[in-house]
Amino acid sequence: MDTSEIIVLVAGIALIAFVLWYFFAGEGVRAAASVTAAGAQRLRVLVKGGYTPDVIVVKRGAPVELDFYRDETNSCTEQVVFGDFGISRMLPAFKTTRIGFTPERAGTFTFNCGMNMVRGKLIVED
Amino acid sequence: MNTTITREPATGEASIGGAATSATNDAPAATAATHAAHANADTDAPANGGANNSERVDLSLTGMTCNACARRIERRLTNAGGVRSANVNFATARATVEYDPRATAPSRLIGTVEEIGYGASDAAEAGAAEREQEAAREEQTQLRRRFLVAAVLSAPVLLVAMSHGRIEMFNVSWINPAQLVLTLPVISYSGWPFYQGAWVALKHRAADMNTLIATGTGAAFIYSLVVTVAPQLVVADHSATMPGMSGGVMTVAPVYFEAASVIIALILLGRLLEARARGKTSDAIKRLMGLQPRTARVVREGGREVDVPIEEVGVGDVLVVRPGERIPVDGVVTEGASAVNESMLTGESMPIEKTAGAEVIGATINGTGSFKFRATKIGSETVLQQIVRMVEQAQGQRAPIARLADVVSGYFTPIVICIAIAAFVVWFIAAPVESRLSYALVSFVSVLIIACPCALGLATPTAVMVGTGRGAEHGILVKGGEALETAHRLTTIVLDKTGTLTKGQPVVTDVSAVGAFDEDELLRLAASAERGSEHPLGEAIVRRAQERGLTLANASAFNARAGHGVEAEVGGRRVLLGNLKLMTERGVESKDLRERADALTEAGRTAVYVAVDGAAAGVLGVADEIKADSKAAVGALRKLGLEVVMLTGDNRRTAEAVAREVGITRVLAEVLPEGKAAEVKKLQAAGQRVAMVGDGINDAPALAQADTGIAIGTGTDVAIEASDITLIRGSLHGVVTAIALSRQTIKVIRQNLFWAFVYNTLGIPLAAGALYPFTGWLLSPVVASAAMALSSVSVVANSLRLRRFRL
Repeated sequence: MDTSEIIVLVAGIALIAFVLWYFFAGEGVRAAASVTAAGAQRLRVLVKGGYTPDVIVVKRGAPVELDFYRDETNSCTEQVVFGDFGISRMLPAFKTTRIGFTPERAGTFTFNCGMNMVRGKLIVED
Repeated sequence: MNTTITREPATGEASIGGAATSATNDAPAATAATHAAHANADTDAPANGGANNSERVDLSLTGMTCNACARRIERRLTNAGGVRSANVNFATARATVEYDPRATAPSRLIGTVEEIGYGASDAAEAGAAEREQEAAREEQTQLRRRFLVAAVLSAPVLLVAMSHGRIEMFNVSWINPAQLVLTLPVISYSGWPFYQGAWVALKHRAADMNTLIATGTGAAFIYSLVVTVAPQLVVADHSATMPGMSGGVMTVAPVYFEAASVIIALILLGRLLEARARGKTSDAIKRLMGLQPRTARVVREGGREVDVPIEEVGVGDVLVVRPGERIPVDGVVTEGASAVNESMLTGESMPIEKTAGAEVIGATINGTGSFKFRATKIGSETVLQQIVRMVEQAQGQRAPIARLADVVSGYFTPIVICIAIAAFVVWFIAAPVESRLSYALVSFVSVLIIACPCALGLATPTAVMVGTGRGAEHGILVKGGEALETAHRLTTIVLDKTGTLTKGQPVVTDVSAVGAFDEDELLRLAASAERGSEHPLGEAIVRRAQERGLTLANASAFNARAGHGVEAEVGGRRVLLGNLKLMTERGVESKDLRERADALTEAGRTAVYVAVDGAAAGVLGVADEIKADSKAAVGALRKLGLEVVMLTGDNRRTAEAVAREVGITRVLAEVLPEGKAAEVKKLQAAGQRVAMVGDGINDAPALAQADTGIAIGTGTDVAIEASDITLIRGSLHGVVTAIALSRQTIKVIRQNLFWAFVYNTLGIPLAAGALYPFTGWLLSPVVASAAMALSSVSVVANSLRLRRFRL
């Protein structure tokens, strides 16, 4: 094994570790929902190549209303899925689609696009 | 901050399962928050925008006839609570309202306008659909242009690469710079969206198909660029044969410009074909929406007939439909008669006769007659719009079968990147020194390119879209992927008798007189007594008498006794109609009558005893006629391997007679309406997967209890809500078709997923060179990209086969 092979090996392993860390362990933009007069926790989520914010913090037991505004036609994001809540919705481009549910359980849940490539986290706090 | 915004309305109040609640847009504060948030969207922080206290909304107005109307609306809006300013433009039919989101909301503003007799709607809502279409069209054009540029420029590059130095004219010193010049526009123009998309995804710590394509082509391009511009940086001896596509000139390191540009060209071609095919998957819904007429002819005061836009038709308006015209909205015929072709919504090919009192459905086509009808449902309430909405929602839902694919694809891309890096490292170490960089690069690029999981992502949604769309065209509305999946696994099908197997409308089949009266007189007396009755049996008797042309007398002293019958005075005679219990109670005894009645019951009819002035007069046989095609449909269901069960509230003898006639052996009779769901539950407890077929009104609990609830002969909210599959047409054959369609759709999904998985699981190791030690196979990036493009197209094409499903 010559020097360049060792360099490639080490760099490769480091790169793999970085890829795994970057895509699976990283934290995104965090935001808490605001509470409306009616007691609903509401938040607007911009859908463009991803979700902004992509970490949403809500309280347990109160209705959550997420307004997804899809600002693109890229078909990757045309659907949003909250698997733990049994919700899946098409998001028409340039429109706001409201998704309402009430989290009954605290914990960290994920939401994602139809193919689970674009992802976000929903943190339900007590 | 006083940001100018156009409201983005909440859309898609789809039914949501689980703990979800439907969205409502009524609460002013609620809507306000939406707006406030949107105001911030452009500043890239759309989280919370509580500080906003003034917003703007554009309303699109209808019904204005002159400038005075505009001023009137403007005044009204300005004086409404929470409004800062309002400006109405008559020419553009727009109102621009600035308001305090804490005090009012667009929905209220719309209400304010409607109160004074004009129509208003959110302009952004209409605009969004157009904008989406416009954007989609623009994207298509762009895509085509990008592909053409890539195709034209990559062809010579590919030719150079394929020549492997054998073509003399390519062995010149400027060949690499020439390839660079040809490839540059492909990267910077044609392939630009991939890099842009990859960058956006990367910022979100996400990896998608763009990431794979961008990394793959980017690596090939940058490497080749370095070789071309600064060859001294790439130390390599390349007398060895290069894998796949070596560069042209053997005195410098090989370049891989063709890997970058041909991949981009092929993937764009794949997208182009895919977009075209995907467009077809939603054809059904477009066709349905295209059925909506744009105008209606309304009868105004004084009998004047005017053509108005469909949006201006109100409930209660009387509309005129001339021969051959499309019926604009749902309603009830008030005058005239015609035959209407309802095939586009129900699949029923025979025209349906419509006379006064008959219901007509918007979007169906009038035959040769002409008639007037009163609008009962308009706008989003019409059957057509409900169908469209339901199909849209169904197409947005995923089948549970797709979940596996979801889970896989989420981890897929980053892992593929890791595999590609690993392949690079292994090849760099294992390959001979002189060609290691080439081998490493080729397998790195191939793995990234072949692994695009497009086919996986398209497998389910395309099949569900085509399948549900195909059904909708024939009056079969499936609630979504989940309903399709459950329906294909059914073992037992429970048919409600009344309205499902039978027409649901009783008719008098037998008139049998004993004693002093002949049959016509018996019927006349009975019908006269029942004249005021609302009981279905009574109505059947009256109808029969009218058909026979009998003149009914007036009845007095009418008295109905629930569960027994009726009595009344007709022309001075006391007429008693009812069941045996009533007769016994009143001391009317006749052995002859009993025997005749028993014979009727045995034949599946309901016997109605008639006594006049306390003496037995005769018996009427009333039956709910079996639909003409019920027997054939039951046979077809059996052929599908389903156990067919009949469920009814009728007495056992009547029920069994009907069951015999249609070929059902298992009968659950004398079940009270509230007990139907329990019967379904019992079957489920015995391990059966049960479909319940009913008319969706009084058997809603049973429909909901069943694994698959099928509502038949209806298009109403209630039925759609309670059922998984709704059949607009009354024929039981729809049930057969729906189950067959679900089986076929699931089959296509399985095929798609199988091929997509096989393709990816075999493609990646092949591209990584796992077979090289044994067979010497190494996939070239160009072949990998062709395979990738082909896989998506083949999955969509397979789904499109459902369009040809015979119903």
